[in-house]
Amino acid sequence: MPIQYYLFLSMALFCIGIMGTLMRRNAIIIFMCIELMLNAVNLLLVAFSKMYGDASAQVFVFFIMVVAAAEVSVGLAVIVMMYRKVHSVDINILNRLKH
Amino acid sequence: MDLYEILFWFLTVMALGCALGVILSRNPISSVLFLIATFFAISGHYILMNAQFLAIVNIIVYAGAIMVLFLFVIMLMNLNADTEPQKNRLIQLAGVISGGILFLVVLGALRSTPVTNLERADVGIGLIKNLGKTLFTQFVLPFEISSVLFLSAMIGAIVIGRKE
Repeated sequence: MPIQYYLFLSMALFCIGIMGTLMRRNAIIIFMCIELMLNAVNLLLVAFSKMYGDASAQVFVFFIMVVAAAEVSVGLAVIVMMYRKVHSVDINILNRLKH
Repeated sequence: MDLYEILFWFLTVMALGCALGVILSRNPISSVLFLIATFFAISGHYILMNAQFLAIVNIIVYAGAIMVLFLFVIMLMNLNADTEPQKNRLIQLAGVISGGILFLVVLGALRSTPVTNLERADVGIGLIKNLGKTLFTQFVLPFEISSVLFLSAMIGAIVIGRKE
C-alpha cells in the first residue's frame, strides 16, 4: 500500500472529527470527536513507523493513548458536574461563563 | 487484488462510514457504538501494518475502557435522541464546509508527495519485545512522567466529581 492512502485516510478521519466538533452541541459527542481526531493521528504515526522501520513512533502512539485516557477521565468528570448543575449537556449553556 | 488489499479497502470503508455515523446519528448511544466500530477498524489497520501490540492496546484501552466510560455516563444521564440539542442548519452547514475545505487544502498539499510503498516484509518492530526495549531504554523518563500524569488525573477526577 502506498503511504498516500494512509495519509488520505487519516486526514479524512481527522476532518470528520473536526466537522463533528463544529456541528454538534452535545458535549459528550464533541468529546468523542476529539477521540476520533486523536485516533486519526495515531493511525498516521503507525503508518510512518512502518515506513521508516522505527519503533519510536509506536511508543508515541502509546503515550497519546495515555494522555487520551487521562483527558477523558477528567473531562467526563467535568461534564457530569455540569449536568448536575444545569441538567443539560448542551455546550451553548456554558457561554454563561462570559457574563 | 489480493487479500491484503481487499482487507485494506474493507477496513477503510468501515472506518470512514462509522466515523460519519458518529457525527450524523441523533442518538448518543448509537454514536458511541459507531465510534467503537471505528476503533475496531483502526485496530485492523494496525494489524495490517504489523503493529500487533498497538492493535491489542487500542482495543483494550479505547474500545474496552474509554468507550465503556462514555456509555456509562450517557446512560447515567439518560440521554437519547429526544433530549439531543440541535444546532440550526446554517451552523451545521458552516461546520461541514470548513471541515471539507481543510480536507481539500491538505489533500492539495499532499498530492504531490513521492509515492512510497510500505514494505510488507515483517521486521518485527511492532512486537512487545521490541517496543518494550524502546520504551524502557529510550523513553524511560516520559514513561515515569506519564504515571504522574495518570495519578494527577485520577485525583483530579475524584476532586471534581465529588458531591459538596
